[in-house]
Amino acid sequence: MVLLVQYTLIFASVLALVALGGCFSEHSGVINIGLEGIMVMGALGGALAMKFLPATTPGIVLFILIVLASVLVGMAFSLLLGFAAIHFNADQTLVGTALNLMGTAAAVVIVRAINVAENPDNVSSTVVYRQAKQVFLVKIGDFEFNWFMLIIVLAIIASHIVLYRTKFGLRLCACGEHPQAADSVGISVYRMRYAGVLISGALGGLGGLVYITAGVSEWKFENGVAGFGFLALAVMIFGQWRPVNIGLAALLFGFFRALSNVYTGFAPLVALKLPSSLYNMLPYIISLVVLAFISQKSRAPKAEGIPYDKGQR
Amino acid sequence: MDKKQKLLRNNAFQTVLASLICIVIGLIVGFVVLLIISPSGAGKAIIAIMKNFFYYPNAAAATKYFGTTLIKASALLMCALSVIFAYKVGLFNIGAAGQYVIGAGGCLYMALRFNLPWYICLIAGVLIAAAVGGISGALKAYLNVNEVISCIMLNWISLYSVNMLLSQVKDGSTPYTKLLFSYNKSAMLPTAGLNELFHNKYMTIGVPMAVIAAIIVWVVLQKTKFGFELKATGINKLAAKYCGMHEKRNIIVTMMISGGLAGFGAGIFYLSGIEQWMVQQTSVPGMGFNGIAAAFLGGLDPIGTIFASYFIQHITSGGTYVDTTTYCTQISDLISAFIIYLCAFVFFFKIWFNRYLDKKEEKSVKVKKGGRK
Repeated sequence: MVLLVQYTLIFASVLALVALGGCFSEHSGVINIGLEGIMVMGALGGALAMKFLPATTPGIVLFILIVLASVLVGMAFSLLLGFAAIHFNADQTLVGTALNLMGTAAAVVIVRAINVAENPDNVSSTVVYRQAKQVFLVKIGDFEFNWFMLIIVLAIIASHIVLYRTKFGLRLCACGEHPQAADSVGISVYRMRYAGVLISGALGGLGGLVYITAGVSEWKFENGVAGFGFLALAVMIFGQWRPVNIGLAALLFGFFRALSNVYTGFAPLVALKLPSSLYNMLPYIISLVVLAFISQKSRAPKAEGIPYDKGQR
Repeated sequence: MDKKQKLLRNNAFQTVLASLICIVIGLIVGFVVLLIISPSGAGKAIIAIMKNFFYYPNAAAATKYFGTTLIKASALLMCALSVIFAYKVGLFNIGAAGQYVIGAGGCLYMALRFNLPWYICLIAGVLIAAAVGGISGALKAYLNVNEVISCIMLNWISLYSVNMLLSQVKDGSTPYTKLLFSYNKSAMLPTAGLNELFHNKYMTIGVPMAVIAAIIVWVVLQKTKFGFELKATGINKLAAKYCGMHEKRNIIVTMMISGGLAGFGAGIFYLSGIEQWMVQQTSVPGMGFNGIAAAFLGGLDPIGTIFASYFIQHITSGGTYVDTTTYCTQISDLISAFIIYLCAFVFFFKIWFNRYLDKKEEKSVKVKKGGRK
């Protein structure tokens, strides 16, 4: 039971972080399908930081450096999307798909190159970080508290305030609803969209880091992040592009994802004798059903996905 | 306008030019990555990727692996056609990957469980994949669910269901499905002598069938009323409805055809017996995603995509020939991912190129006028 709560919270944190990223990007008017790829790259940045930083580094510094590594890598990678979608009017879905493919391929190439350089016999794409991972965790009895569970609550509150209570947030939303109108009152649409994409890169990268440290202490990059970036998009839609709702939606999805990890611990579920693939499918089935019910009255930003053209009426 | 000008203005020419530029830049980026990993063997590695089967000095071996590349390219072509068909109707079918998976599951299950002949297996694969595509279409048409998201969810659902389904027909203790060759020969596609021509026993009529499918897709989209209706729905759903077209039905039919095409691709690949399904796969096979690359590299034209699919598969297969003690085979995935990224700039490139031609023309007209004075 404790394990179920722990996994639910940690998976919900990942989903909420990434979904918040998507939320910022879409409010600025850029659809970010590439969150999956951004997560992989962020995870890579964090994993390599955990691998190479000396174990003698004091805990708090280590924590900040690892987070910084994944955030910066995520932001740098998201710039590829920003560059193409904002300045070159590219098809955002296509660029996002390219980022997803590129993220996984690049991560595998980089990790393998590092592994082979260390030991010519090691051709795997796995990074091990058993030691450094401990800085994120605090043991409370059986429950393994992860600092990110707290950070995500703060992030949701901060996002809510930024989006609805600050000049920056309201301007960002204006660019996603009606960029021409925003431009006419002197807001730089390009700058706002870059800001949205960069924030999504930062949160997506961080989400990737949290995902690979949830429960495991090594990561095989060939697997990418198993569709978590896309689940986060479903969470964002379910949360109707609002930070607080996104947090609640993430809890629901996190619960079903956690169930597939720990269902063997529950006697009644084991007694049902359902194949494990069914539990793996569950989060995706739930999200499909939820989307079917909720999409009709969707409150998506009106101008999302449409490249901004200054000359358009 | 002289001949050269006309050629430069030609849309098809510009598309080909843009695709070639994408390929060249993609390969250069791949080369740079190889250089960073280890400068000494980078030149050899990039040549190995481009050479692919020419790696073998022996002509028979080379044609054999040429055949293997063709078989994989034909499946890739079908996935690319699936993406194109949907894209022409304004839908982004990222679900080609999942429809491909479910198609593979359908035909292999029919072949190994019920021992049915190849044509029934193939049809079963196509139908079930079309049904899955239809789900995304219906969700989009009636419930306004974004097709990209629903397709991605269906990709994972398809993967896990096929794993579950095919574990019933797997080969003893291995995670692979039974060999078609030894369990049900009748389910293998006929070879029509192609196997001897290519010295490759997996070479079947699937390859020419894929090329014919590309031509059919081109004809349907360009030359028929049905294709016109679908495209009109894609450009403006409301206008299509106003003209008396069934816009909702069109969206669903499009996704079904799109799914069917991907399922057909899976059928001709797995029923050739070249590979078995691994029932413990934890990631969706890349075929459908590479299909997106091939579709855009081919300029979203079914005929152009025939060549683009071959090229993408050529470098993907070529990746296996790099020196794996220093580099890894995924380098070619990286190259094709980068090529898709560059394809996003094609539209902008065309605008820029035409503007450049305009300026040049204006200049030459001015010079001529000046001369007359």
